[in-house]
Amino acid sequence: MPDHGLPARQGWRELLRPRASQIIVAVLIGALAFAITVQVSDDDSEDYSGVRGDELVELLKSLDVANGRLATQLDELTVTRNGLLSSTQRSERAEKQAKRRAEDLSILAGTAGATGPGIEVVIKDPDRQIDAPALLDAIEELRDAGAEAIAINGVARVVAQTYFLDDDGQIRVGGREIKRPYRIEAIGASQDLAEAVRIRGGLTDRVANRGGTATVVRKDKVTITALADVKSPEYARPK
Amino acid sequence: MIPVIGLAFGIIAGLVLQPTVPTALQPYLPIAIVAALDAVIGALRALGERRFDDRVFVVSFISNVVIAAFMVYLGDQLGVGSQLSTGVVVVLGIRIFSNAAAIRRRIFHA
Repeated sequence: MPDHGLPARQGWRELLRPRASQIIVAVLIGALAFAITVQVSDDDSEDYSGVRGDELVELLKSLDVANGRLATQLDELTVTRNGLLSSTQRSERAEKQAKRRAEDLSILAGTAGATGPGIEVVIKDPDRQIDAPALLDAIEELRDAGAEAIAINGVARVVAQTYFLDDDGQIRVGGREIKRPYRIEAIGASQDLAEAVRIRGGLTDRVANRGGTATVVRKDKVTITALADVKSPEYARPK
Repeated sequence: MIPVIGLAFGIIAGLVLQPTVPTALQPYLPIAIVAALDAVIGALRALGERRFDDRVFVVSFISNVVIAAFMVYLGDQLGVGSQLSTGVVVVLGIRIFSNAAAIRRRIFHA
């Protein structure tokens, strides 16, 4: 035991009374550890203070190039966007116009209901003397006076293709049977329409000649809900 | 034993104080650390071969650090700073690897 104890005691004594060089070694290693920790924790921060000058220049150059490329891209995309915007506006305007035109045409073609000022003419015909041509004359007179939408008895819308037909004492308008008394609704300038009906030699006189009576009522609001049957043209094509 | 205490003390001081590296020292510190590591690995090898000498270690440590920092400084002045610091790191890395290989051979005989 004492043989082994001596060097051990010597080792301990050495540790307790370290030589100066050992302390210097410890200080150097401590400084190295300190520097490593500091550097490692410093590397975590994402700034460019540790980057060398020429590396910064390279970085700046590449950023400049990227910036220029992106600016060009931005310009191109702005141009595209402006083009799309203006074309959208154009097509919106065209769509609005087309819609208004379609509405106008649908009233002309009788595919839509219509409302507005106008007159209502009721023709009573106890002697059954009013035939299809007479009724057509009446409609023509209203058209001449500027009627924009006409319906008879609320069921037969009168449009360009509407035909009038005598059928077994009844009148067919556009294929629909019209019963007496005839009630013609017309949308237009009510003053003009009423005068056209009442004028001497006009509708009222002719109905009276045939033993009937025609009464005209001016209305602020006439609503026509009857629709015409629409047939697609079979032979005619738009040119 | 004392060097181990110094190691622990340095790590703790670095973690506790969390200082930022001064801008002037920033390019040199990483290289200096690699140079010091080279000295430390060399010292470990010498320790293993039972020919460790405090004086040699201290001198090699300090001269390694100073020379490495000086080379980086010189490179910066000449405009080849990044290339020269890469070269220094490569050389020191080779030395660290060869020393580590010697230690390995001694411990594992492989």
